[in-house]
Amino acid sequence: MSRKTIDLWVGIFAVLGIAAIFFLSLRVSTVQTSSGAPYTVYTWFDNIGGLKVRAPVKSSGVVVGRVAGIRLDTQKYRAEVTLAIDPAYPFPRDTVAAILTSGLLGEQYVGLNPGGEDDMLASGDTITMTQSAVVLENLISQFLYNSAANGSGDKSSSQP
Amino acid sequence: MMDWVTEPLRHIGARIINAIWRLGFILRFFAALLLASGQSFTRLHLTLREIWFTGVLSLSIIMVSGMFIGMVLGLQGYEILQRFGSGDALGIMVALSLARELGPVVAGLLFASRAGSAVTAEIGLMKATEQLQAMDMMAVNPLARVAAPRFWGGVISMPLLAAIFSTMGVFGGWLIGVVVIGVDHGSFWSQMQASVDFRIDIVNGFIKSVVFALAVSLIAVFEGYDCHPTAEGVSRAITRTVVQSALTILALDFILTSFMFRGLS
Repeated sequence: MSRKTIDLWVGIFAVLGIAAIFFLSLRVSTVQTSSGAPYTVYTWFDNIGGLKVRAPVKSSGVVVGRVAGIRLDTQKYRAEVTLAIDPAYPFPRDTVAAILTSGLLGEQYVGLNPGGEDDMLASGDTITMTQSAVVLENLISQFLYNSAANGSGDKSSSQP
Repeated sequence: MMDWVTEPLRHIGARIINAIWRLGFILRFFAALLLASGQSFTRLHLTLREIWFTGVLSLSIIMVSGMFIGMVLGLQGYEILQRFGSGDALGIMVALSLARELGPVVAGLLFASRAGSAVTAEIGLMKATEQLQAMDMMAVNPLARVAAPRFWGGVISMPLLAAIFSTMGVFGGWLIGVVVIGVDHGSFWSQMQASVDFRIDIVNGFIKSVVFALAVSLIAVFEGYDCHPTAEGVSRAITRTVVQSALTILALDFILTSFMFRGLS
């Protein structure tokens, strides 16, 4: 093998390898194209269900940020969830944060429902209006309780 | 009189001391190699030849194996995921398992057996035929002329090979999942892009492949340089390269994974 052919093959190899790295970073994953450092917003929930760190923050289904941290606030005994939101998406101060589930068995995410106020949330602000995760067990027990109450009510009304 | 007790103990002790001594020796060798590696960048064609030898010649095995691993992941992953009615998530499974684990680890194992063994054999034979000594006589440092270019050639080519391996794997998974089984093309890619994180998955996988490249190249060069200069010694050195590289890759993979991915969700 002459030196020139070796150089040519090494060049082809390097191009292939770099193309593979580009493929992995652009096609397989998504490099964040955000316009800068995300701003953080704090929220408190009564119950976060199965929300995990790094879960997406969505508004109208569009991913606008990630859950940056979850901890239990021992002053209020509520879950403090830190949201890191892309600065390209400003939200009004009266935005409502809710913990929602994508699909029946899907992952949980934080949904932001923007309000109508003119002031925008800045880094370090808190979202006061929140809606906790729906806990399936509570829902089912409520449903059973209601249907049992209705059932007995029907019986008593039909008896006399 | 207590020989049957002390003899095995003494044997174990000797083995442990020998292993620690070898670890110190390989680290000293690594330091000497780094000090002598200036020449492999000033005389770049030495390193380029090794990239050709370890990288370009490993391309076919890496691409074919990556393809097969991806296709197996496609078949097995779909079979498992469709039990939960989430066959569309096949792209996530294929891409994550390749980028995080299989890409760097399997490419590293293949690289160790395809290129590492060849490097050990080459250096070992040079030692057995006293070429290294001859170089030393001519005031050519064999570490700088022989060992360092092979080391850096391996370090440069192995991460590229791992990236090519992962890419071929994703392509193989796509081939089985989308073309053969019929998972939706759009959801295969969009779910993959939504769930694979550049910083956490791709960059960490790349870091893994660089660490494996350093380990495998160092072991391959060291075993060749350290072997007994006989035919049997060279063959033993090659065996040691493959065995130790495999063990080192798997152990390092566990350590790196436990640092990178512990506590994530």
